[in-house]
Amino acid sequence: MAGLISRGFLGRRRPAEVESRLPPGQYLVTDFPVLSAGPTPHTSLDRWSFTIEGLVGSPVTWSWADFQKLPTQTYTVDISCVTKWTKLDTKWLGVSVDTLLQAVQVDPAGRYVMAYSDGGYTTNVPLDEMVNGQAFVAYQFDDKPLEPVHGGPARLVVPHLYFWKSAKWIRGFRFMERNQPGFWESLGYHIHGDPWKEERYSGD
Amino acid sequence: MVQPVLEWQAGTVTAIRPETRQTKSFTFALPKWMVHRPGQHYDVRLTAPDGYRTQRSYSIASAPERVGELELTVERIPDGEVSPYLHDVLMLGDELEVRGPIGGYFVWDVSLGGPLLLVGGGSGVVPLMAMLRHRAAQHSTVPARLLYSSRSGEDVIYRDELDGLAAGDRAFEAFYTFTRQPPAGWTGYRRRIDATMLAEVMKPFGKRARVYVCGPTLLVEAVANALVLMELPIEQIRTERFGPTGA
Repeated sequence: MAGLISRGFLGRRRPAEVESRLPPGQYLVTDFPVLSAGPTPHTSLDRWSFTIEGLVGSPVTWSWADFQKLPTQTYTVDISCVTKWTKLDTKWLGVSVDTLLQAVQVDPAGRYVMAYSDGGYTTNVPLDEMVNGQAFVAYQFDDKPLEPVHGGPARLVVPHLYFWKSAKWIRGFRFMERNQPGFWESLGYHIHGDPWKEERYSGD
Repeated sequence: MVQPVLEWQAGTVTAIRPETRQTKSFTFALPKWMVHRPGQHYDVRLTAPDGYRTQRSYSIASAPERVGELELTVERIPDGEVSPYLHDVLMLGDELEVRGPIGGYFVWDVSLGGPLLLVGGGSGVVPLMAMLRHRAAQHSTVPARLLYSSRSGEDVIYRDELDGLAAGDRAFEAFYTFTRQPPAGWTGYRRRIDATMLAEVMKPFGKRARVYVCGPTLLVEAVANALVLMELPIEQIRTERFGPTGA
């Protein structure tokens, strides 16, 4: 609907350089809110692994120790949660998805990825939006091991999409031919989730 | 499942009721009302004269049986941008842009059955109240218990209604705990929710309990972790958190 002016509302604008980094409908936070649909899994590192499977030549699995040997990068990114908060300049250490994909032969038909996690969480992301530095698997936040409530030991981070796409407690990628909905995408949330297009809910 | 497209609509404020010092309930008449599932939320959007906009999400407090109406219970965050507007500026007859209902996991309706254990902290009781109001409106006999943590007696939202529901319904019981200042003469729980308290409250339900936990992150983490240690299947534990980690 066209804009209704909220009587008596002036709003709390941030400096222009901050406002310009907030996607539509988002507000700035400086803390780090936690949103999860169920209990926080506590997987011990000796039982943790990361697997790439599905439409790939042959699946590959890393143990935690092997995963730690992969080359890492530091990332400073803005993150936006569909519940409206945006946090600027979050600092992560992780392994680029590009690095992970060097270990497998992705079938040309495998254009979509289902990221899956401990606890049964899933989320879908097009492969095109995971490569060329757009996504990484992080295991440090602010120079410290990633806390379980924030997705530790490791979480996917896809900063250009709403943060539900950045699956906590990540355990692997399954390559798919079709773009299938993950957990929230099956429950009314947008199949893609671009904050700048405000793709919050199905039909947006 | 067919997902309806969620459009913004202007709800008209038809009632404002103070609940506690920090919380008020707002009732809106919605021109395009849609039935919701208890536990869902609505988005609220404010627009300034120059076009500046901001949005927040608030849990639905009302039961879906209240056709045409939507009630949101909102805690006033002192340094907030939207909740002080709702508390201090919004008046009867004003219009507010909302869209929803949203969320499909932290939901309960009578068709899901029980036994139902609802665990809330502070304003986290709001979506749980929608479930209890729905349960009462349906005259459901699903066994249900609420464990509700507040700072003080004055901070309990819906106290009279909860006690009324419990008095008239042998299958529902409300348990309160106070973390700072219990009411005078209080003989019940007076500490943060812990595993012992949970075990006592859910004893008759055992591992069959269907649990919904909503509140500050630290409370939700403590409760959900305790339930996992009690070997409750994780599919039976649904959580909704607000606030920072405290770290």
